[in-house]
Amino acid sequence: MNDVTTSAEPIMRAESLGMRFGGFTALKDVSVAFPAGELTAIIGPNGAGKSTFFNLISGAFPPSEGRIYFRGRDITRTPQHRFARLGIAKSFQITNVFPQLTALENVRFAIQCMSQRFNVWTPRGRFAEMTERAASLLQMVGLDQHHHRLAMNLAHGEQRALEIALALACDPALLLLDEPTAGMSPEETTAMMDLITSLAAERTVVLVEHKMKLVMGISNRLIVLHHGELLAEGTPEEVRANDEVRRVYLGQGDR
Amino acid sequence: MSLANPQERLTVSGRRLAGLVSLMARHRVAAVLGFLLIFPFLLPYEALAVNILIYGLYALGFNMVFGYMGVLSFGHAAFFGLGSYATGIAIVHYGVPWLPAIGIGIVAAGLGAAVIGGLAIRTRGIYFAMVTLALSQCVYYLVYQMEDLSGGENGLRGVDVYDLNIPGLELTLIDPLTKYYFVFAFVALAVWLFSRLLASPFGAVLEALRENESRARACGTDVAMSKWLAFVISGLFCGLAGALNAIHLTIVPIESLHYHTSGLAVMMALLGGMGTFFGPFVGALTFLMLEDVITLVTVHWQLFVGALFVFFILFFPRGIWGTLLHWLSR
Repeated sequence: MNDVTTSAEPIMRAESLGMRFGGFTALKDVSVAFPAGELTAIIGPNGAGKSTFFNLISGAFPPSEGRIYFRGRDITRTPQHRFARLGIAKSFQITNVFPQLTALENVRFAIQCMSQRFNVWTPRGRFAEMTERAASLLQMVGLDQHHHRLAMNLAHGEQRALEIALALACDPALLLLDEPTAGMSPEETTAMMDLITSLAAERTVVLVEHKMKLVMGISNRLIVLHHGELLAEGTPEEVRANDEVRRVYLGQGDR
Repeated sequence: MSLANPQERLTVSGRRLAGLVSLMARHRVAAVLGFLLIFPFLLPYEALAVNILIYGLYALGFNMVFGYMGVLSFGHAAFFGLGSYATGIAIVHYGVPWLPAIGIGIVAAGLGAAVIGGLAIRTRGIYFAMVTLALSQCVYYLVYQMEDLSGGENGLRGVDVYDLNIPGLELTLIDPLTKYYFVFAFVALAVWLFSRLLASPFGAVLEALRENESRARACGTDVAMSKWLAFVISGLFCGLAGALNAIHLTIVPIESLHYHTSGLAVMMALLGGMGTFFGPFVGALTFLMLEDVITLVTVHWQLFVGALFVFFILFFPRGIWGTLLHWLSR
């Protein structure tokens, strides 16, 4: 068990986050906390502000208002490249890997980013421990048969799995996933959901998802956004029972 | 057995060629240097061979940011020219011996790259190309105006390094073959260093930035810092090429700094194959040989080189060496 899972403090806290793009308010006064060790899903209909919220907490751009704390430390204006070393990793909504590198090279690069040294001299092949760790991460996400295939030649589901491996390279305490099952077949979706559940056993996971059904079963907590505002939060049961959520969201059928 | 089948024989010889190429790729430094070692004997005269060495090195340095990192700079003439002028000025005005003078040239180019890179690195794509172009033209006009030091329009004359003064060796650069191997020694060192850089974790950063900048950032790469560093290192290599050119020509023409020289690096890298180890030398060889041959026929040689360039961009965007590698790897 990771030590963070036993602490009662939230691992990440967002305080009245707001985001405006020109005259358009994408997010307004959202305050939420992510308890350590839990799997929290952020849901909401299209245009609810999920992606904006995800981009803010993953450091893609700073918020117009509000603050973000990670383990009590203000990270509102921390540059994104520092996030991995703090222990926050993310996957992108649109598959985002290094297409012309092999699966192994992809993951090895992500691992290399975590080493302290900036090395322009030693041949990469000498860092055997990096290659070994990369191989074990590929095994964890089910890609152990594909070490030497170029990322661009992997199937869509495999590319998404590779992206998870990239995110895991920094051994994050907090894993942020933006619609990890987007565009996947039902079989791939099931496999991905199983993978996420197993990852959540060892770390805090925050997941943005469009399809509410998918996350109901696996998450400890749900956060519902609507029109850029926080509509509801709580356990899946509480959210399911919430009248407002039913009205704006569940009423739309299978979405 | 169907060995008589011509198709079969073709694939056998093709496989042999592929084997040779992969052997060359594994020992890329040895392959480049082995070729360059016998190179002057394959050409009609040595001066052309020296030009190809120097411009090959220049294109190699440029290829670090262009081919390996995927960033197009239109300002590399500044580093080639700064290397040339700093070395030339040190020799002509301050009587500095040739070896430290070359060092001064490399440092000057590195400083130029640090400043220009520092200013330009936050812009991307065509904006980066434009900013580097503009800043390198600033360097051009600055040097142009400093007539007392640089010789202005006429260029810097009198960079005369004839006797190398190496104890125990009587080497004089008046002998063209000696000059070739003098330049070759520096190019060999640079090619070896370049290969080390590419093979290191830093080389992986370059590839990652070319492949996917936002993913590299999410993995924890300081993108701006890494790009800047690559730009400076690239500038150092181009500065060495410039310094050698000053000694080779015994003058520094003001055109060294002109954006035409920046364009040369782009042309040579593209012609040879961007992001390939041999590409810059293949590109420099092709370009300068064509220039040499076609100028015998017509003064409008650039028309023909331009047409060839367009032909390659349209039909063989991987360049000569890159296309060859692609065919053999299929």
